[in-house]
Amino acid sequence: MYEEYAVVMKGIVKRFPGVLANDHVDLFVRKGEIHAVVGENGAGKSTLMNQLYGLLRPDEGEIYVFGKKVEMKGPKDAIKNGIGMVHQHFMLVGNLTVAENVVLGSETTKGRVVFDLREAKKRVKELSERYGLHVDVDAKIEDIPVGMQQRVEIIKTLYRGAEILIFDEPTAVLTPQETEELFEVMRRLKAAGKTMIFISHKLNEVMEISDNITVMRLGKVTAKLITKETNPREIARAMVGRDVVLRVEKPPHEPKDVVFEVENLWVKDNRGLDAVRGVSLKVRAGEIVGIAGVAGNGQSELVEAITGLRKIEKGTIKLLGQDITGLDPRSLRNMGMTHIPEDRLKYGMVLQYPAYYNMILGKHWWEPYSIRGFLNHPAIFEDSRRLFEEFDVRPRNINMLGGNFSGGNQQKIVVAREVSSNPKFIVVAQPTRGLDVGAIEFIHKTILRLREQDVAILLVSMELEEVFSLSDRILVMYEGEIMGEVRPEETNFEEVGLMMAGKRLEEVRA
Amino acid sequence: MEKYWGFIIPAVSVLVALVIAAFVIMSVGKNPVEAYAIMVKGAFGSSAAIVNTIVKTTPLILTGLAVGFGFRAGVFNIGAEGQMIMGALTATAVGINLGWAPPYFALSLTIIAGMLAGAGWAAIAGYLKAKTGAHEVVTTIMLNWIATYLSSYMVQVPLAVGSGTPKSPEIAPSAKLPVLMKVGPMEMSAGIIISVTAAIVMYVLLEKTTTGYEVKAAGFNPYAAEYGGISISKNVTMSMAISGALAGLAGVVELMGVHHRFLGTLSGGKGFDGISIALIGQNHPIGIIFAALLMGALRTGSNEMQFAGISKHIVMIIQGIVIFLVAADRIVRTMILWRKRKKVKV
Amino acid sequence: MKVIEAILDVFRNPQFYSITLTSSTPLIFASLGGVFSEVTGVVNIALEGIMLIGAFVSTAFAYYTGSPWIGVLMAIVAGIGVAWLHAWASIKWWGDQIVSGTAIILIAQGITGFLMKPVFGQVGQTDLEKFKMIKHITKEINPIVRPIKLPFPENSFLGQAFGNISPLVILAFVSVFIGWFIIYKTTLGLRMRSVGENPEAADTLGVNVYKIRYFGVLMSGVFASIGGAFLSVGDTGIFKELMTGGRGFIALAAMILGNWNPVGAMLASILFGSSEAFANQLQSSKLIEVSSSVKPLFNMVPFIVTLIVIGGFIGKTRPPAADGIPYKKSE
Repeated sequence: MYEEYAVVMKGIVKRFPGVLANDHVDLFVRKGEIHAVVGENGAGKSTLMNQLYGLLRPDEGEIYVFGKKVEMKGPKDAIKNGIGMVHQHFMLVGNLTVAENVVLGSETTKGRVVFDLREAKKRVKELSERYGLHVDVDAKIEDIPVGMQQRVEIIKTLYRGAEILIFDEPTAVLTPQETEELFEVMRRLKAAGKTMIFISHKLNEVMEISDNITVMRLGKVTAKLITKETNPREIARAMVGRDVVLRVEKPPHEPKDVVFEVENLWVKDNRGLDAVRGVSLKVRAGEIVGIAGVAGNGQSELVEAITGLRKIEKGTIKLLGQDITGLDPRSLRNMGMTHIPEDRLKYGMVLQYPAYYNMILGKHWWEPYSIRGFLNHPAIFEDSRRLFEEFDVRPRNINMLGGNFSGGNQQKIVVAREVSSNPKFIVVAQPTRGLDVGAIEFIHKTILRLREQDVAILLVSMELEEVFSLSDRILVMYEGEIMGEVRPEETNFEEVGLMMAGKRLEEVRA
Repeated sequence: MEKYWGFIIPAVSVLVALVIAAFVIMSVGKNPVEAYAIMVKGAFGSSAAIVNTIVKTTPLILTGLAVGFGFRAGVFNIGAEGQMIMGALTATAVGINLGWAPPYFALSLTIIAGMLAGAGWAAIAGYLKAKTGAHEVVTTIMLNWIATYLSSYMVQVPLAVGSGTPKSPEIAPSAKLPVLMKVGPMEMSAGIIISVTAAIVMYVLLEKTTTGYEVKAAGFNPYAAEYGGISISKNVTMSMAISGALAGLAGVVELMGVHHRFLGTLSGGKGFDGISIALIGQNHPIGIIFAALLMGALRTGSNEMQFAGISKHIVMIIQGIVIFLVAADRIVRTMILWRKRKKVKV
Repeated sequence: MKVIEAILDVFRNPQFYSITLTSSTPLIFASLGGVFSEVTGVVNIALEGIMLIGAFVSTAFAYYTGSPWIGVLMAIVAGIGVAWLHAWASIKWWGDQIVSGTAIILIAQGITGFLMKPVFGQVGQTDLEKFKMIKHITKEINPIVRPIKLPFPENSFLGQAFGNISPLVILAFVSVFIGWFIIYKTTLGLRMRSVGENPEAADTLGVNVYKIRYFGVLMSGVFASIGGAFLSVGDTGIFKELMTGGRGFIALAAMILGNWNPVGAMLASILFGSSEAFANQLQSSKLIEVSSSVKPLFNMVPFIVTLIVIGGFIGKTRPPAADGIPYKKSE
C-alpha cells in the first residue's frame, strides 16, 4: 500500500491536556518531492512532525514509510526507517565538536568500546564534500555560527542514512542570503533522490521551494495544494481562516525631541566575547526605531545593557538628557523606562505568581501598590482587573497563576503592565514571537498607540515584516555593529537582507 | 485537589516513613507497635512530657523557619546548625557580662547579639553566592564545621569554666528568659512565645510586605525578578541573613531558656532538623509550627524509646525518608492517584 | 619567628607527604564519583552519605569475615544501592536532587548510628581493644593496608614519604585514569557528556538519557563508597559515627574546582588533602607548643581552605549545562 509515497500519515490524533493538537490529520508525501507543511504557530505542525520522528506517540492513526506500516517508539525507530530531522531549535551539544555531534548515538568505534574520533572526522568530511555542506569538523558547536550549526544538523541526518529529511522552520534563524544557500542545498539533496518535508509559515519561501503543500489550522488539515497551481493569498486564507491584512495601518506622526541616546556602546556576552561593538543610536519622542538582524548578532545583549540587566564595558546611555549608564533596572524604571522582554517566560513573568502579582512586577514598590513597605492588595486587585478588561486578557481571572495562561494572554499581561506605567521610553523586544494573528494585530496596534502618545520606542525583532511595518527608521545589526540606517519606505527586503548578512549600507548602495 | 497537595504530600510522607521505620525496628527484633506506643507516651503521656515536648519544639520552630524562609527565597540554607552555634556562642559572650544590666536591657541585647551573629555567619554564604555563584550548600556546610570547631575552642580556652565537659560560665540571671511553667524539674521558658511570634512575623513579612513580594519573586524566578527591578545579589545576601538570624535566634532561645550556658551539645542537630521541618511544613510558617511540634514529639518520645533499647537514630531515619519523599513528591502523588484510579475501576 | 620555622619544618618532614596521600585518597575517590554523576547531569551531594555507608559496611564485613577485601566489595555493593536510591528519585521521579541528596545523607547517618549496637555491640565507635582483631588484620595480614613497597631507599626522604603505600591509594590514582579514559575516550563517555550538556539533543539521536544518567550516578556510588571504606578498613581500622566529617562536601568542592574533570578533581583533592595534613602536622610540631585545647583551631584549616578556594575560583569553572535539571521526557 502507498508504494508511491515516502511518508503517509493517516488519521493522526494527538491530545494534550486541554488541547486537541492533531485532529485526524492526513499527510501524503511523494517520493523525491519537497513537501511543505504550513500553518500558524500552534496549528499543530511541530506536533505532527514529532510523531513522525518518534518523539511523541500518536493517540490514534497510522504511519507508513515507503509503503511499510511502521510504529515509532522513539527517534531510534525513525532513524532506522530512514527519517532524519533538522530541528528548529538545533539539537546540538554545545561543548562537543562538530564531528562528535554528528556521530553521537551511532559512533564509530575501535573495538566496540573506544570511540574512534579519527574515523568520525573522516566520515563527516566525506559527507560534507559530497553535498557541499561546508563545516569545520574540529570546532566546538558553541564556537561556530548559526548557519554552520544548521549544516551540522543536516549532516547528522545524512550520516544516519536518512532518505526523508524533515526541516522544522529552518529559515527562522537565517539571513535571506543564507536562506538561499539552504535552498541550494535542498535542491542538491532533491537531485540526489532525497524526500523532504519543509515546515514553515513564510509563504514566499514555500512558494519558492516546495512541490506540494499541506496547510494546517487549529490541529486540522484545511487544504492540500499543488504549489504551481496556487498563490500566497489562497494559502494564507487556508492558514488563518479569513482574508488577512498583512500590514497594519501606520498613520503619519511627527517625532519630537530626542528622548533616548546611546553612544559607542560596548557589551560582552556570557562567554566574555564582545557582543555589542560600538553601537550608537537615538530615539525621539513619538518615534519607533526598529532594529533588524538575524538572531544572535548582539541584539539581546544590546537590549539587556540598555535595560540595566547586563554590564556595560564602554560607552554612555542617556535618557531625557541624563546619563543613565550602568544604572540598575529599578532606577531605570523609576526614570520612566519600561521593557517588553524577548523571552516572556524567563524574564517577563513569575509563572508561580497569580496574575495580579505579575501585573505589578517592576512597579511593585510604587504607590499605591506599596505603602510604607506593605503591599496594598485592594489597589493591586483593582488595577489588575482594569487592565484585564482594557487589554482583553482571557480568562478574566486575576487569581489564576501566570503559568496557566496561554502564550498570547501571557504576552498581553506583560504588555499591559509595561505600557500602563506611562513610560517615556520603552524597549520592545520580539513582541509577537509565537503568537497567533489576532494577538499580533492587537500588540502592533498597542505599539502604534504609544507612538501617538509620544513615547520613544525601540523595537527589536527578527521578523523583518514586523520591523518594516512598524518602524519609522530601521537600524540593521550584524555581529554587534550597526550596518546602516534606512527608512522602510526607501528600502526593500533585499537591501536590508544584505546588511543583515554583513554588508554596510555604503557597500550595498555602491 | 491541587489545593490540598501541600497538606497531603507531607502527611502521607510521614506515614510512609513511619511504616518503613517500623520495618527497621522489626529488623532488630523489636515490636514497632510497642515502640511507637512508648514514643507517643514519652512525648504526650504526662504534663512533664508535654512540657518537655514543647521545650524541644521551641528551637525547632525557629530552625524550621530559618530553612523555610531560605527555601521561599530560593536558597538552601543547610547551615542553620552553624548559624545556631554562632548565635548561641555570641549570645553567651554577651550574656555572661550583663550582670549589671536590668532584665529588659540584658534580654534584648543578648537576643539581638545572637541574631546578628547568626545573620552575619549566613550572610558570608549569601555574599559568596551573590558574588561568585558558589553554591550555598557547599559553603554553609564548610561554615558549619568552622563554627563547630570555633565554639569548641571558645569553651576550652577563652570562655572555659570548671573542669570536665568543656562549657562556658552561666549567663547573667537578668539575661535568662522568664519561666512560664514548671512541672517537676521541667521548666518551660518564654522561648515558645518568641518562636511563635517569629512565625507570625515571617508570615506577615512574606505575605503582606513588599520585601516579601521581592523575596518570593527572586526565589521563584531570579531572571524575572532582576528584570522587575529586584537586585538578586542583594536579595540573596539579605535572605541568607534573615534565615541566619532565625537560626541564630534558635541558638539564643536554647541558651537563654534552657541551658543558660554554652555547651558543645547545645545545637545537637537541631539546625539539620530544620530542613525536614521546613519541608514537612511546606515552608509555610503555620505549617512549620506543626511540623516542629511533630519533630519535637519524635525527639522527646525517642528518648523514651532509647530506654526500651531502640536507638534514637530511628528519628533520623524517619526524617531522611520524609525528606526523600517530599523531594521526589511525584512518588507520593503517583501512589495516591494510583490508589484512586484503582478504586474507580472497582 | 618560631611559627614560620615550624611551618617550613612541616614541609621538610616526609610524613607530611605520606599523610597528604592518605588524606587525599578518600577525597579523590569521592570527587571522582561526583564527576561521574554530574557529567551526566545529576547533582550528587549524597556523596557524604554514600561514603559513610561505605565506611560502615566495609568495617562490618571485614569484622565478620576477617577479610577487608570482602569489606570493600560489600561497601561497593551498598554504595551502589544507596546511589540507586538517589538516581531513582532524581531521574525517574524528577525529584529535587539537592534535597534528595540531603535526605540520603540523613538516612545514612541514621542507619549507621542505628545499627552500631546490633552490629558491633557498642555505640559511638568500634572499640579498638575489642577490635584488636580487625586492627590486627588491617595492620599486618590485611592485604589492603599491607603496604606496597616502592623501590625507594628506606631511609631516604622519598622512602619515608612514599615508600609504603596502601594498595587503595594506588587504586585511587588508577581509578582517576580509568575515569578519565571512560569519560573522554569511549563512546559511553561521549554519550555521558552529551546527556549532561543537552539531554534533549542526545535523546533525539536515540541515546537513552535515563540509562546513561543511572550509570553515572551508580558509578558515583561505587567510587564514593570505596572512599568511605578507605577511611575505615583502609586507614584507621575502626568505624566511628559520622566519621566522614564533611569529606563528601569537600570532595564536591574538589570536583567543582577541578572543572568536572577527573584529573582536575584529583589535583584539587590533593590540595585539600595537603591542607588537612598540614594542619595535622603543624599541631604536632615540636618547634611550637600546641596545647590540646587549641586543636580545634587547626581542625578548621581544611574547611577554611575549601571555603576560600570555592569563593575565589568557582565562577571560573563551568558545570555541565544540564547539571541538576531533571530530564522530563514528554509522552
